[in-house]
Amino acid sequence: MGFEKVDEILENYAYKHDALIGILQDVQRLENYLPQETLQYIGRELEVPLSRVYYIATFYKSFSLEPRGRHIVKVCLGTACHLNGAVQNLEQVERVLSIREGETTEDRMFSLETVNCVGTCALAPVTMVGEDYYGAVTPGRVEKILSAYSTGSGSAEDGKD
Amino acid sequence: MMVTLTIDGQIIHVERHTPIIEAAKQLGISIPTLCHHEGLQPFGSCRLCIVEAFRGNRSKLVTSCNYPAEEGLTVLTASDRVLETRKMVMELLLARCPDVPGIRRLAEKMGVEAVGFKKKGDQWCILCGLCVRACEQMVGVSAISFASRGIEREVKTPFGMESDVCIGCGTCTYICPTGCIEMTGDPGPPGHRVMDMGDLALGSCSNNHDCETCDIDQGFLDKMKRAIESVRL
Ligand code: SF4
Ligand code: SF4
Ligand code: FES
Repeated sequence: MGFEKVDEILENYAYKHDALIGILQDVQRLENYLPQETLQYIGRELEVPLSRVYYIATFYKSFSLEPRGRHIVKVCLGTACHLNGAVQNLEQVERVLSIREGETTEDRMFSLETVNCVGTCALAPVTMVGEDYYGAVTPGRVEKILSAYSTGSGSAEDGKD
Repeated sequence: MMVTLTIDGQIIHVERHTPIIEAAKQLGISIPTLCHHEGLQPFGSCRLCIVEAFRGNRSKLVTSCNYPAEEGLTVLTASDRVLETRKMVMELLLARCPDVPGIRRLAEKMGVEAVGFKKKGDQWCILCGLCVRACEQMVGVSAISFASRGIEREVKTPFGMESDVCIGCGTCTYICPTGCIEMTGDPGPPGHRVMDMGDLALGSCSNNHDCETCDIDQGFLDKMKRAIESVRL
């Protein structure tokens, strides 16, 4: 990929050093991960030491330096979700996608992660697909939720909260 | 602005926001440290320098290397609470790096022998960040940084690749309190961080960095060595 899109993002932030996290968030949205060459490019353009960019990129769990799937499935394992059966949901997602936590499907459609709270405990147990929240998830609903994403880029309107 | 504080019963006037450890030093009170260096910005990572700071009759444990002096503050550097907690910090350090001579000596000095924590194995790095700060603030190249977090936290070059900005000055090697950075091409003892700097590696230059064209300034190297000698254990 050329760096035109990255340039655009850098311009949006007026090449400000203290906007590094925001810049990386936007850049990650482009490909769902932060490629090495892109991080090197950002360091050069911002005139920030690469070690600093690397430090930030590896510090936050929301950044990935590895290629990830188009849709990131986040199963919340926070206290409320845990008590409401989130582990069974996680196992079901693992079965449906045939990947384990932290992995990406071969077709690069899905990556599976667990998180410790998404701030919507009232909907427990919560699973997120991309930016979409699904509440009161049961193992039985998992396949249906995911299938809507695997066929198109759209989301399963059914049961989305 | 000058403020007045009391450290271990002695009264001292210092500029406001002076780190407590500096004020204590002026009183001749020494506090153990591992991640502190006068030439670098404080970082507060080793937790060894904790002291008890009182406001009225409430107290809390703070790291003296980066806790700012305020008017009326009362500090105890060796209360029971401090000594007990500091001992535990030392135990954790010893559990992490049981093989580092400097850590062993310090632990012995503080009367810490048995370790009540599970050993983490062949670690030498205590993540004090001295090397990272020295490379940034003294050398000015920021070739290394922390990476990841939690138990995976480590110091490394970006992507773990050979650095293209490291000038091979060896400052990180000198300042490291545990001696875990080897400037060599061979892998050192287990747990050591190896900085393979090729011909730039200190000591491996056959001409002792004396060539006209060498980027490495000998005076700078000597100055660094002297400045850093003081923090080595
Ligand atoms: S040897 Fe390299 S990494 Fe170490 S302080 Fe010097 S420039 Fe930084
Ligand atoms: S390598 Fe040495 S100086 Fe650097 S963080 Fe680890 S213990 Fe501290
Ligand atoms: S010297 Fe203060 S935390 Fe290390």
